Amino acid sequence: MAGADGDDSLYPIAVLIDELRNEDVQLRLNSIKKLSTIALALGVERTRTELLPFLTDTIYDEDEVLLALAEQLGNFTMLVGGPEYVHCLLPPLESLATVEETVVRDKAVESLRKISQEHSPVDLEVHFEPLVKRLASGDWFTSRTSACGLFSVCYPRVSSTVKAEIRQHFRTLCSDDTPMVRRAAASKLGEFAKVLELEYVKTDIIPLFTALASDEQDSVRLLAVEACVSIATLLPQEDLETLVMPTLRQAAEDKSWRVRYMVADKFSELQKAVGPEITKNDLVPAFQNLLKDCEAEVRAAAANKVKEFCENLPEDNREQIIMSHILPCVKELVSDTNQHVKSALASVIMGLSTILGKDNTIEHLLPLFLTQLKDECPEVRLNIISNLDCVNEVIGIRQLSQSLLPAIVELAEDAKWRVRLAIIEYMPLLAGQLGVEFFDEKLNTLCMAWLIDHVYAIREAATSNLTKLVEKFGAEWAQNTIVPKVLGMANDPNYLHRMTTLFCINALSEACGQEITTKQMLPVVLKMSNDQVANVRFNVAKSLQKIGPVLDSNALQTEVKPVLEKLASDSDMDVKYFAQEAIS
Amino acid sequence: MEGEDQGSPIFIRFDSIVKGTDGPGEPRGDERGLGVEGLQAPSTPAASRLVQCNEPDAPVAELHDLFCKKLQQCCVLFDFLDCVADLKGKEIKRAALNELVESVATSRGVLIEPLYPEAIKMISVNIFRTLPPSENPEFDPEEDEPTLEASWPHLQLVYEFFLRFLESPDFQPSMAKRYIDQKFVLQLLELFDSEDPREREYLKTILHRVYGKLLGLRAYIRKQINNIFLRFIYETEHFNGVAELLEILGSIINGFALPLKAEHKQFLVRVLIPLHTAKSLSIFHAQLAYCVVQFMEKDATVTEYIIRGLLKYWPKTCTQKEVMFLGEIEEILDVIEPSQFIRIQEPLFKQIAACISSPHFQVAERALYFWNNEYILSLIEENCQVILPLVFATLYRVSKEHWNQTIVSLIYNVLKTFMEMNSKLFDDLTASYKVEKQKEMKRERERTDLWRGLEEYQERRMQMLTEAARNQRNLQERGERGDPLNPSSPQTAQSDQPEPKPSGASTGAGESAT
Repeated sequence: MAGADGDDSLYPIAVLIDELRNEDVQLRLNSIKKLSTIALALGVERTRTELLPFLTDTIYDEDEVLLALAEQLGNFTMLVGGPEYVHCLLPPLESLATVEETVVRDKAVESLRKISQEHSPVDLEVHFEPLVKRLASGDWFTSRTSACGLFSVCYPRVSSTVKAEIRQHFRTLCSDDTPMVRRAAASKLGEFAKVLELEYVKTDIIPLFTALASDEQDSVRLLAVEACVSIATLLPQEDLETLVMPTLRQAAEDKSWRVRYMVADKFSELQKAVGPEITKNDLVPAFQNLLKDCEAEVRAAAANKVKEFCENLPEDNREQIIMSHILPCVKELVSDTNQHVKSALASVIMGLSTILGKDNTIEHLLPLFLTQLKDECPEVRLNIISNLDCVNEVIGIRQLSQSLLPAIVELAEDAKWRVRLAIIEYMPLLAGQLGVEFFDEKLNTLCMAWLIDHVYAIREAATSNLTKLVEKFGAEWAQNTIVPKVLGMANDPNYLHRMTTLFCINALSEACGQEITTKQMLPVVLKMSNDQVANVRFNVAKSLQKIGPVLDSNALQTEVKPVLEKLASDSDMDVKYFAQEAIS
Repeated sequence: MEGEDQGSPIFIRFDSIVKGTDGPGEPRGDERGLGVEGLQAPSTPAASRLVQCNEPDAPVAELHDLFCKKLQQCCVLFDFLDCVADLKGKEIKRAALNELVESVATSRGVLIEPLYPEAIKMISVNIFRTLPPSENPEFDPEEDEPTLEASWPHLQLVYEFFLRFLESPDFQPSMAKRYIDQKFVLQLLELFDSEDPREREYLKTILHRVYGKLLGLRAYIRKQINNIFLRFIYETEHFNGVAELLEILGSIINGFALPLKAEHKQFLVRVLIPLHTAKSLSIFHAQLAYCVVQFMEKDATVTEYIIRGLLKYWPKTCTQKEVMFLGEIEEILDVIEPSQFIRIQEPLFKQIAACISSPHFQVAERALYFWNNEYILSLIEENCQVILPLVFATLYRVSKEHWNQTIVSLIYNVLKTFMEMNSKLFDDLTASYKVEKQKEMKRERERTDLWRGLEEYQERRMQMLTEAARNQRNLQERGERGDPLNPSSPQTAQSDQPEPKPSGASTGAGESAT
């Protein structure tokens, strides 16, 4: 029945609709995901008159199918005949925007927002805006929730009468009976404020903002904090004090920790939005309180912002504010009872040194770093070590190295392998900052010990760590310090350790160069081809394949090839396979 | 550390409060002893006198005054995170609460109107608080130990007092409703998220009493429970008190008047059924299934909504939940009306067939157990003509393929039952099994062909569209530059005409390709 001439009635619609109605959900889902193919086969005319009505009618389906449908329809403009027909897509999307499942609804709203841009201003008023109004006054909360996300996309492009209606609808939803709708409205408040004229921001948005910020449910109040950032950005400085600050102050002291957490979490954005003057007078004390909050969750969120907050303070009296207001709180947090708080602080505290300069760092911050380096919680120590570079720039790492070493050693031997893994990853960075001498003296043994760790992930990380070290310190250093030890492991009684030798050789050969590879590594590899354990033997084959490109052709022909041929006739199937792979 | 700083203004020393209640001019004894003694000395005779308060000469006013003062004293909060802080004060408050519980439970005539606001205030101050963040963010109620409420020694007594207060024969709903209002109930409902099961147990009983006694709040309570559930289902997936709230609802549903109001049906379809999608279903499934069955027993016409709803939300990957769903289906079938059964048998038995062919033997086993239920078996027998063709192919295939011997023998039993029910139909189906299989394969081939054709067609259309777009673009460019048409980047594509660069093709065709 297939024709080639692009005729619009190529396939009978019944056949295609049968596919969309298949009893098997999976098949139905597959068909919906290829809805564009079906629409293309039907042509724009029949897609509009037959396919879309069918889709609108059969909206009761599995949520997964509906999700796929909602997504597809957002990209359907061309398939219904371009922007002048785009409004045909509204009925099915309207139904999808009212279903219970949040994921489906959100996707429908996303698609509606997308196609709203493809509407002409006239179509927007004739077709789109009435849809928004219908959703906004729907019976069940789901449609009203969806409406909240659509106001801001149509507002800028409609006439002022319609604009007034839209504002009215938004106001109504902000004081909706159900908290679900109020949450949706609160979360879109900032976005909506951005498209409003400034006078309406003051007369409409501010009262809504104030009301939502003192809602009976904390889940609504905390969303108002997010909106606060956008609203404060929109208003001129002189209005902030009267219109926004009372609400923000109240939020920072809200009785629910969730709201205070939100303030702490958004603190940097809030700080930028309200500007330096208000920051100095209001936000500094508020921030101090959050750092001292009775809920650990809030303290941790605030601790995370310490560096950013200090960085963004007005420069003229930044140092004074930090030294007299922030630092005392930070000092207390260093010995907080909650490890998440300490670890949040440890991840940013080093950044303060660049802001405060050398002398202050040595006098005030260094003792804190040292305390945190000795913290009982490994995550705290790790966070300090991972940010050493900031301090290095200001005071040099030597100041710390005496305390650093025991901390590193302890982390290197931590019982949790993820902690060991994390410290290995900082080794190349540390090596660069501490220098080759210090490294050889203190850290080299650790790096070698990791090679025989009982967790494979650690051995693997240790191997790639060696490669990075060689890249940093050069081939000569490798030849003197690492290679002999690595090759020595080839005689270890544990076959896993012998394999580690091979893995190291794989990783190091390129960085070490042809000379070392041919003269020192190759003989060891070749010797291991006689190992009793098959795993070692086939890894020999793999290694030879890997280091082949580094070797000269002479060695390849005279030494490597015979060994591989021997392995190719090994009694073990896997050894044979990998030897053959290597030969070819 | 900062608990100390904040502590001092909030946690006023208890004995200083007690001192404050003494008349200003009265002589004070030993500074230390006064608090304890001052509180207890008058209370002991009071409690004994309360019992006999129907004596005409009992100084009732004095008792009320004392009761009221104690309520006010119990509004002082203590820091229980610091377990050694202010031990003496804590002990005094505990004793006072005990006395309040005792007197509200055993004596008549204590609850006079002026005490209602004081009692509700004391309860509010003590129980309403923002619940702390869970110490374990991935708290799994099935696996982990809950974090218990530190202030329980006091909190329990406050709850106990509240409960006795509500249950007291003197309790007057008409007076209470002024103080136990919507805002109060909303805060009470939020506490159901407490991780402490002891607290939720008290809340359950208390809310039930409130629902029972304060008729004006009923609709509001139902609406707020709806909101909590909807938020749980669609927003947070976290709320500790779902099981407790469902338990209350179970008895509320039991009391619904017939015919069911639209509001109640909506609650069933839009809240109770979607609750089945929750990840933590196992924690409250028993209570949920009870509610669902209650609805059916009230009004059989909701059966179809329920079954179709469950089928819509049938678990796709979680076999543990699938077993729970099957259990609930059996509970439903146990009480289903035959006329309703006929309406849903087709989709239902398709799902049961799918369960029987599950590679997880517990799912298959649970489904096959339906045939051991006599009532269900009788329903199946009555509708054998419809049901057998739905499940036959699955039974036949799985009996030959399943890895688990128990399942295989269960299936043989089921097949045997069917054979005895209707041997003619059984033989027909056996005979046509292979033909049906072949028909199915043919349909499958047709589908593949159809899609291949469609996709080839799409490819051709896309090419045409890209070409059209390119031509238009070239025309435009030519117009702008005044150049003659000159294909600038010939490509090796199948078409004999050069195609535009990928970036130029996006105008129309790129959209529909996604």
